[in-house]
Amino acid sequence: MPKVLMRGNHVVGEAAIRAGCRYYFGYPITPQNEIPEYMSEKLPEAEGGVFIQAESEIASVHMVIGASMAGGRVMTSSSGPGISLKQEGISFLCALELPAVIVNMSRGGPGLGNIAPSQSDYFQATRGGGHGDYRTIVFGPNSCQELADLTYEGFNLADKYRTPVLVLGDGMLGQMMEPVELPQEIPLKKLPAKDWALTGAKGRASRFIRSLILDPIKEEEHNWKLMRKYEKITREEVRWETYFADDAKMMVIAFGIAARIAKGAIKRLREEGVKVGLLRPITLWPFPFKAIKEISKKVKHFFVFEMNMGQMLEDVKLGLEGNGEVHFYGRPGGVILTPLEIARVISSQYYQKRLG
Amino acid sequence: MKKVFGRPKSLKATPFHYCPGCGHSIIHRLIGEVIDEMNLQEKIIGVPPAGCAVLAYNYFDIDMGEASHGRAAAVATGFKRVLPDRIVFTYQGDGDMAAIGTAESIHAAARGENITTIFVNNGVYGMTGGQMAPTTILGQNTTTSPRGRKEKTEGFPINLSEMLAIARGSSYIERTAVNTPANILKTKKAIAKAFRLQMQGYGFTLVEILSACPTNWKMDPVKSSKWIDEVMTSHFPLGVLKDNSGDKKDAH
Repeated sequence: MPKVLMRGNHVVGEAAIRAGCRYYFGYPITPQNEIPEYMSEKLPEAEGGVFIQAESEIASVHMVIGASMAGGRVMTSSSGPGISLKQEGISFLCALELPAVIVNMSRGGPGLGNIAPSQSDYFQATRGGGHGDYRTIVFGPNSCQELADLTYEGFNLADKYRTPVLVLGDGMLGQMMEPVELPQEIPLKKLPAKDWALTGAKGRASRFIRSLILDPIKEEEHNWKLMRKYEKITREEVRWETYFADDAKMMVIAFGIAARIAKGAIKRLREEGVKVGLLRPITLWPFPFKAIKEISKKVKHFFVFEMNMGQMLEDVKLGLEGNGEVHFYGRPGGVILTPLEIARVISSQYYQKRLG
Repeated sequence: MKKVFGRPKSLKATPFHYCPGCGHSIIHRLIGEVIDEMNLQEKIIGVPPAGCAVLAYNYFDIDMGEASHGRAAAVATGFKRVLPDRIVFTYQGDGDMAAIGTAESIHAAARGENITTIFVNNGVYGMTGGQMAPTTILGQNTTTSPRGRKEKTEGFPINLSEMLAIARGSSYIERTAVNTPANILKTKKAIAKAFRLQMQGYGFTLVEILSACPTNWKMDPVKSSKWIDEVMTSHFPLGVLKDNSGDKKDAH
């Protein structure tokens, strides 16, 4: 299929529609406004398509809940402060075991912060910013192509596991344009049947979907059931990639757009003979703990680069279990480093550790 | 022997957990009767709230999807937009509807969302133990207005149905009560009319029902019923607040 030049936020919308998403509920916030704008343009043209600009982030995520209960493929999107408001609904989506895709084109924080690209929502995304014992699948794409592929795949995983999937991008990924090969559109008839959806009890017993489980023994059972699902996801859905890892003496670990910048730095450093590689988690939850532990058998020096104050850093340390020295370099607030700048910091660490 | 009275088939054979004198049991039954009479059991979806009626799915033999506190109108919007040919209703209390869910309620009405809301107003937060609600009237004692609600400190109660009647997207709004046999019959007719108008695509419909909470009002059921007539209705007058249906008569 030929490539098209598209902006990241538009890619999300188009990939969702091609994945059979016909329902989008959102609320404006920069830097993701092109997603609702795209959906408002395209969904009414698609069979059964519905776009609603809701009165709030809270209302939009609860419209997602209703549409998901009714069996639709449904999406919402926002950025930092708006995702905070959606956390109530995300906790309910998990408890009610409902599929949905939620996109966060994150920005500088905390508070209103700014509208520049930042990765400061890693904790919120991977720890679950809402109440209760739950996990959400979190993708950390680093290109417009991956935005297309992971948004599309997100709908399949959400349906497969009946759980919400978060796509954690950032303002840079949402705003930049790249050539993208779009995924094949799935006909609505080929979408998986949902024998649990609430459609009116025609020709079958009535059913209900609820999260209130007053009996502690039954609530415990429900928590165990969710836990078994999360364990299966952890076993089967972890994704990561490595770059120049084979002979690396120092591994950079970065996700999303920071990993993209780090790749440029590593390419430059390799030309100078600096033996540095990259491990890039693609799923931020489940996190590739095993891959990190495996690499720590060969490599002892790790360089974690994030556009925040050190959030994924904690997962890296958990994965290493003490087997390796970790240096952290973070730039919060929406500051974007060039590959040259980050190359200088990496190489300074590399030579300080007398690796070259 | 001829059977003259029975359980509506859209209600399950589960005894209600509601307190003696509570209006929820009557309202559940009325909705069940309307669903049966209009033959809607196979194409209606209910959205129960957080609050005393959260367990409504244990009683209604229809598809039901729970909403968190205040979000029923948004959840119902999601249902209705995916399944526009089904009948979708929310069942909400006054705290749910007129405090935490004010935005969702007003905007569902403003959008003319083609759903029906059954708004049960008993003037208190029942399930949490009788705290002050947005509809608690001036002077009324609750566990969080123990000296009686005063406008200077607790502010005025909200007449949400009147506010929603202003919204251009709402088509039919009526306030009824379930404290007397006559009012119960009127309530049933209002619910049936709201469902009928939804089927005809009129947009947002709402039936507010004044309902007793003897436990939290700390009154016996008989006194509670009288209190609705003597005190509550002077703040929340019964009657049709809006009707765009063009019906010559009101629901009664």
